[in-house]
Amino acid sequence: MFQFIFKRLSLVIPTFIGITLLTFTLIRLIPGDPIEVMAGERGVSAERHAILSAELGLDQPLYIQYFQYVKGIFQGDLGNSLVTREPVLSEFLTLFPATVELAFCAAIFAVLVGLPAGIIAAVRRGTLFDHSVMTFSLTGYSMPIFWWALLLMLVFSVNLGWTPVSGRIDVVFWIEDVTGFMLIDSLLSDEEGAFSSAVSHLILPSIVLGTIPMAVIARMTRSSMLEVLSEDYIRTARSKGIAPWRVIVIHALRNALIPVITVIGLQVGILLSGAILTETVFAWPGIGKWLIESIGRRDYPVVQGGILIVATIIIIVNLLVDLTYGIINPRIRHSN
Amino acid sequence: MKKGLTALSLAILASSAISTSANAASTFVYCSEGSPEGFNPAFYTAGTTFDASSKSMFNRLLEFKLGTTQTEPGLAESYEVSEDGKTYTFHLRKGVKFHSSKTFKPTRDFNADDVIFTFARQWDTNHPYHKVSGGSYEYFTGMGMDSLIKDITRVDDYTVKFELNQPEAPFLANLAMDFASIFSAEQADYLMKKGTPEQLDINPVATGPFQKVQYQKDSLIRYTAFKDYWKGKAQIDRLVFAITPDASVRYAKLKAGECHAMPYPNPADLDQMKNDPNINLMSQEGLNVGYLGFNTQKAPFTSSKVRQALNYATNKQAIIDTVFQGAGKIAKNPLPPTMWSYNDKVIDYNYDPVKAKQLLKEAGYENGFSTDIWAMPVQRPYNPNARRMAEVIQEDWAKVGVKAEIKSYEWGEYLNRSKKGEHDTVLLGWTGDNGDPDNFLYVLLGCDGVGGSNRAQWCNTDFDNLLIKAKKTSDQSQRTAYYEEAQQIFKQEAPWITVAHSVVYEPIRKEVKGYKIDPLGGHHFYNVSLEK
Repeated sequence: MFQFIFKRLSLVIPTFIGITLLTFTLIRLIPGDPIEVMAGERGVSAERHAILSAELGLDQPLYIQYFQYVKGIFQGDLGNSLVTREPVLSEFLTLFPATVELAFCAAIFAVLVGLPAGIIAAVRRGTLFDHSVMTFSLTGYSMPIFWWALLLMLVFSVNLGWTPVSGRIDVVFWIEDVTGFMLIDSLLSDEEGAFSSAVSHLILPSIVLGTIPMAVIARMTRSSMLEVLSEDYIRTARSKGIAPWRVIVIHALRNALIPVITVIGLQVGILLSGAILTETVFAWPGIGKWLIESIGRRDYPVVQGGILIVATIIIIVNLLVDLTYGIINPRIRHSN
Repeated sequence: MKKGLTALSLAILASSAISTSANAASTFVYCSEGSPEGFNPAFYTAGTTFDASSKSMFNRLLEFKLGTTQTEPGLAESYEVSEDGKTYTFHLRKGVKFHSSKTFKPTRDFNADDVIFTFARQWDTNHPYHKVSGGSYEYFTGMGMDSLIKDITRVDDYTVKFELNQPEAPFLANLAMDFASIFSAEQADYLMKKGTPEQLDINPVATGPFQKVQYQKDSLIRYTAFKDYWKGKAQIDRLVFAITPDASVRYAKLKAGECHAMPYPNPADLDQMKNDPNINLMSQEGLNVGYLGFNTQKAPFTSSKVRQALNYATNKQAIIDTVFQGAGKIAKNPLPPTMWSYNDKVIDYNYDPVKAKQLLKEAGYENGFSTDIWAMPVQRPYNPNARRMAEVIQEDWAKVGVKAEIKSYEWGEYLNRSKKGEHDTVLLGWTGDNGDPDNFLYVLLGCDGVGGSNRAQWCNTDFDNLLIKAKKTSDQSQRTAYYEEAQQIFKQEAPWITVAHSVVYEPIRKEVKGYKIDPLGGHHFYNVSLEK
């Protein structure tokens, strides 16, 4: 077992080096100089350009800049944003809770809807329900997020007035930042109605962000359930006269869930990266929007640092999935 | 599952009740387009930052009279200019209070020390605050203030004298710009002693109509109206910037009553806004110009006949219709019509392909020639779709035998290469900074700008002399005469095709009263009130 963990961990190190190199070079390969981009039509004189380059450390040879960047990582310093001049890490930490909150709610939505839909579709295979679930999930899977978000917004927020259009909480509430999670902060604030306002602001973005994972989970659950349901032991259980719901929930579902749980784990990456569009549409102050803007502004430290942290989180999640999978399934552990 | 649904619908019901109550209080919500880069306007050049900082929180010695490009007294009640135009003496307003914050309570009113601090910080490289927070004062240096100012002296508590190295009439307009927003010297000293000078740029106290209370990056900014504001407290009590980057979403929020005003609507939404009974769609010509610049140092554009010919060959009305979808107006001068000294007597080149061909023949290009048109990769108010504009021009020119290839680069590259004159013709534009004609004509067409912001690389001594004369006199009627003449020369020599001025649209909700569009592009909320 230790050997297995060690092998997995040792793979992480080259992955990290790869990520630092990739983010560092890719953002620099995009043409466009951050100082020129900042100055716009107004332009900047050659002397001023030289002064600013020196201040921002952009006049150093690339290998030294890379070395500084890696040295900074070891010291826990990801540098300062070229635009706001604030430390990348502190900007990340203020924005990340919003992303996590949204991803978490979207995941709950995806599981709560996707899982039962997949199970019922499998049990009632070939019925109208089954066909509708499959059609809906295919549509959901191929839905352009931007369009889907605007559609829901126009119907539910503008025309019906059921949900707010965008933002995290109604502007009448003056919530202090304590944890950064609006659901928790609004509860802590003691302001009446703040919590339900925070919940209502989460509904549409969670549905939008959760749509694709929900479709994936529904399809995966269905096919996995179908496979299990045709196994001999299910037939045996049925012939023994066990109640049909017991056969499905206790006997079939447990085994069918194993591949589904892996898929749910993999969706974490999709939820974090897919948040970019959702965050932009719903004016959600998370890291997706922050990274996109930084790429546009050629804000090198933010792009490098932000992507590195996100990638780290995805690596850790995948590592945990791998490890638990290894624990559950001895065949994987030993094949390594 | 059923339980979950009930909880969900309860939450929805509760929320809809709240969003309606948001409009009842005198909280004004502005759906802004992005996060400010920071709260010290001296460091930045973006309008988004100025709306959130200088326009809401600060004052300047002189201010732009809202709705015009003229200046009026701000923190300076009056001023005198010496005969030689090199010394400006400002008499400051008394009894002006600063905001107070949780960490700092001012003990005195605004006085000369605050003015000296504000300018010395940017101008004097040895000033203790000069290097704080990165210390790059883009606009101050960009407007040439660092080399223009010779000395700043305190005459008494309420009098400050600026000495300049040469007479420069636009200096007064510069003082009304955002970078010249006045800070509290007392707070600066306090923070320096405390060892946290950079806090001055994060939580400054100022004298303006609103006081910042809370900022959540990419989410919102909250202000309260400053009750001791020297012009009197604003009519609204609270001001909120709800940061909403997508224009369609801003419009959805406006319709749903989640905000009262929004900037930069999508052109495609304008028709619907016009017919919306809850929305008042305000509009005005923007302080900008979109142009096509000929590289006058490259053949065949060295010949003014060729440049005139292509002016005749371009159908500007078609551009207004297709590219601006009506949200633009044909430009005949490099200055926008809302600016003083705009010369309305100038006669523009009309669309006349026959005349164009004849001129090309006279210039020795009977069979036309091949060239390029550079199209910007970004959207700007003065040019919402450069690619489309280039295509329309390409088609027009083809009719007179000029084959143009459309080229584009990444934005930073585009600006840099066009500065160096690598283009034959380039699409670009300009948005005014200080409402002074010098800020358009001298920056974009003066000989000093060749190899820089003068993309036509055009240096005409007659034209340039007029601009220099206009810089040296502070008599506005005299300056107007110089600029009017300069615009005639410009049209005759045709270094550009002046394409369009954008029309700025600002949709606001009907219950908002007293809002005015600022021709300089800012958004001001001191004068607004909400009708119940």
